[in-house]
Amino acid sequence: MTLANPSDFDGNLQPQGWLRYFSFSLDHKVIGLQYLVCGFIFYLIGGALAGVIRTELISPISDFVSRETYNEVLTLHGTVMIFLWIVPVVNGAFGNYLIPFYVGARDMAFPRLNAVAFWLIPPAGILLISSYFIAGAAAQSGWTAYPPLSLTTPAAGQVVWILSVLLLGGSSIFGGINFIATILKLRRPGLKLMMLPMYCWAMLGTSVLVVLSTPVLAGTLILLSFDIIAHTGFFNPTMGGNVVVYQHLFWFYSHPAVYIMVLPAFGLVSEILPIHARKPLFGYTTMVYSIMAIVFLGLIVWAHHMFTSGTPPWMRLFFTIATSFIAVPTGIKFFNWLATLWGGKIALNSAMLFSCAFIVNFVFGGITGVALAQVPFDIHVHDTYFVVGHFHYIVYGGTVFVIFGSLYHWYPKFTGRLLNEDLGRLHFLLTFVGFNLCFAPQHWLGLNGMPRRVAEYDPAFTTLNQVSSVGALLMAISTLPLLINVVVTAINGKEAGDNPWNALTSEWLTSSPPPVENWHGEAPLVTEPYGYGQHQETKA
Amino acid sequence: MPIRTVLAVLTATTALVLTGLWVGYNVNMLPLGASSNASTYDDLFKVLFSIGTVLFLGIVILLVYSLFRFRRRSGDLSDGLAIEGNLPLEIVWTAIPAVVVLFVGLYSYDIYERMGGMATLNDHMAMDHGAMQQVSVKEGDTAGRVWGGIGVAGMDAAPAGPVLPVEVTAMQFAFIFHYPGSDITSGELHVPTGQQVELRMEARDVIHAFWVPQFRLKQDVIPGQPTVLSFTATRAGTYPIICAELCGPYHGGMRSNVVVHEPDAYDNWLQQNTPNRTTT
Amino acid sequence: MTSTTPLQDSVTIEAGHSPAGEGHGDFRLFGLATFLVADGMTFAGFFAAYLTFRAVNPLPEGGIYELELLLPTINTVVLIISSFTFHRAGKECRAGQLGASRLWLAITGGLGAIFLAGQMVEYFNLPFSLTDNLFASTFYALTGFHGLHVTLGVICIAIVALQTRQGGRISASDHFGLEAAELYWHFVDGIWVVLYGILYLL
Repeated sequence: MTLANPSDFDGNLQPQGWLRYFSFSLDHKVIGLQYLVCGFIFYLIGGALAGVIRTELISPISDFVSRETYNEVLTLHGTVMIFLWIVPVVNGAFGNYLIPFYVGARDMAFPRLNAVAFWLIPPAGILLISSYFIAGAAAQSGWTAYPPLSLTTPAAGQVVWILSVLLLGGSSIFGGINFIATILKLRRPGLKLMMLPMYCWAMLGTSVLVVLSTPVLAGTLILLSFDIIAHTGFFNPTMGGNVVVYQHLFWFYSHPAVYIMVLPAFGLVSEILPIHARKPLFGYTTMVYSIMAIVFLGLIVWAHHMFTSGTPPWMRLFFTIATSFIAVPTGIKFFNWLATLWGGKIALNSAMLFSCAFIVNFVFGGITGVALAQVPFDIHVHDTYFVVGHFHYIVYGGTVFVIFGSLYHWYPKFTGRLLNEDLGRLHFLLTFVGFNLCFAPQHWLGLNGMPRRVAEYDPAFTTLNQVSSVGALLMAISTLPLLINVVVTAINGKEAGDNPWNALTSEWLTSSPPPVENWHGEAPLVTEPYGYGQHQETKA
Repeated sequence: MPIRTVLAVLTATTALVLTGLWVGYNVNMLPLGASSNASTYDDLFKVLFSIGTVLFLGIVILLVYSLFRFRRRSGDLSDGLAIEGNLPLEIVWTAIPAVVVLFVGLYSYDIYERMGGMATLNDHMAMDHGAMQQVSVKEGDTAGRVWGGIGVAGMDAAPAGPVLPVEVTAMQFAFIFHYPGSDITSGELHVPTGQQVELRMEARDVIHAFWVPQFRLKQDVIPGQPTVLSFTATRAGTYPIICAELCGPYHGGMRSNVVVHEPDAYDNWLQQNTPNRTTT
Repeated sequence: MTSTTPLQDSVTIEAGHSPAGEGHGDFRLFGLATFLVADGMTFAGFFAAYLTFRAVNPLPEGGIYELELLLPTINTVVLIISSFTFHRAGKECRAGQLGASRLWLAITGGLGAIFLAGQMVEYFNLPFSLTDNLFASTFYALTGFHGLHVTLGVICIAIVALQTRQGGRISASDHFGLEAAELYWHFVDGIWVVLYGILYLL
């Protein structure tokens, strides 16, 4: 692979204007926005699937879609939201757009690999969605695809699902390699690791997790496909196979996947808060070490998803303790963010509203998470709506809120125009109220006896399920002000200028939108990305 | 720090902790408890709920207070204070969660042990002669191996006396209960109060999970890997048995009931349902 | 203090001179090494699965773990020798001896082909087939996945050997392709040694 000059990228062969977003562009900014828009389209699809689930659950009997369709819908919902929306956007979109700026480079380390990584996603997504229409029946065994269920449901859909996830995993690994090389090797001279903005550290940690854990999922799914296609017996108990081994291997990836989804969000919040609070990021060094601790602990806690799977007692105990201790580095980050806000001059705009709501939601999800780590607690609520509520607080209340906040924060950089604040606040209000209405009641439902992934339930739970569905409706409506906002401001939004937030990180030290080579002149050396308030101090 | 600030912080913290404790011990989020395990579980739940409430409220109050007090006044374009960190403070809020988590971990370990979670399953199976003679699980055969679950030994407040073994077979989409002692096969589970029951579970096709919310117990039922689940019912009544692991299209309909009888009523049920009573 | 001092050694963006390429040093090998870590984790997953199966899932009656040792041992030796011959090829190339380098590459590729042929012979003489039992399935999955890597390696060696000819892409000063293939080959060899240890010797 040759390392091309970014200025070559816009040569005669590269389309200009909006067309370049549909091309094999090598510009990291174009690729970042490709990830963002592509991911958002899949968010709408995954949201529609969630709409089907919540509509089915308005009544306690299975009456909206067939039971098989319901299982297909919940499988696709999980897969789309994780592999096609959250992971690509929070890593691929913002990572590709921001990391080269932060390290003072003109592009990623491997621009072509970068484009390949992106262009694996649309075909994989289309393949996955089309399995519903073409293969006759899409995968029905949940996003976890536990055998033997995944061996007995319609094979074509399950194989297409595996193929699609393998492609997306490959894309993720290529992206991870690129981020590691860019952050470690492509920094401009003079820029030391401890001068990097926190998002770089988050992406470095995330990429390490991607590189170490995604291949294990890939290998596992290959074995699963052998079981389906070649009738081997790795995970088939009738042939002497072991179904629990699949779960171990699956969660060896899929628990770190949670950190692959939330660590970048931690990083993005660490960029947004100091700028709008006009204060340095509190405790930079402990933030860095806590990311490292989360990466390390994140790799050794997977079996807490399997407390009722027949795991031996010592294993239950070990994973309880390891999981609980993740709360410590995570807690450090939250206290540091609060300390960042303390004594600042906080502008409570849309970006900040979403970021602060992230703190509230994630603390809630984190507390239920520590509870879930305790074996005796988990034995009761495992595989119930309590868990559904918990992880939506983490991945939606955590990561998706941060994605929206980041959109309001970086949209002026992407386009040169500011998003409308009134529509932004409306978007926030609808999302926040809808989200909590949708997912908070699910904790009670789980504690009181509603298992997850069911199309029918005890009629005693009807009211709260209807409340939850109303919340989901509000969340669906909340995308309207966002879409209107993006379209309207793209046409005649307020000019943002180069640096509307008066920020110090290096993506703001260039024009908006930035030129192909990122800076018109040389790359700036930002030694203190969070140096707010220092000039005044010398004056005072 | 001025004394007034210290007092205000102390008062607020005390109020917060008291609120958390009150919420944790007075807001009931759980269904009726019907096994000896339920009361143990509810103790743990109250502790976790209290701690969680204190932390959540504390952080949200701090956040909202900061957002209000440190809001940017219009026209103010200056920066906040250039505070980049405070090591002692950071050590404090590393230590607090560490201590809390350590406490929670040790406490829940204790609860888990009282539930019987640490009992070695296979040794127990070999030692429990009373039950074993009746069941005649293929001894010495690897197929008799138990892969996980909650065993009989060590149950907190477990009544002495014989253990009632029940064989559970899960399949799409039903549970079948077989009483090896009296050769009853039933679609509902019937158990007496006050006697330890040991469910020996295996699935026929895909993974299922046996869950009784009122017992606060759940265990996956796995094809090829037998598991056990022990409990002592304490309150007569009928409670739902729910499959909690996605097992196919009718997963949501895979439910049954556990009927807990008083011991006398249980004996009645047993006699009425035992087949071939003449031969025994 | 936020300083925005200009870049010392200026990064030019004139056409044809890449700031991310030659000017910045080459980190394609670093990227490849990272990829190999990922690839190694796939193998690690397989190994973990195999060891777990072996520890907890008894084979049905008639199933055996014992394998013929002679052929795989010869294969192991062949593969280890090929690592040294590849190393030699790299040394010759850096010294500018492209002809000698090509010869050593050919030997390495030949050894790789012998390994694959040996593997085939073993496959055809095994007393079990893919779906016989858990051990058989795992055996074929592990050795097959590794064999796929060896096949890819032999193809790479052939391409690199062709590129060392006059006017090819590889020269004494520019030999990324050769180094990448070498790193990959050593990785594949290393994996085999582990695989041999746990599959045949254990």
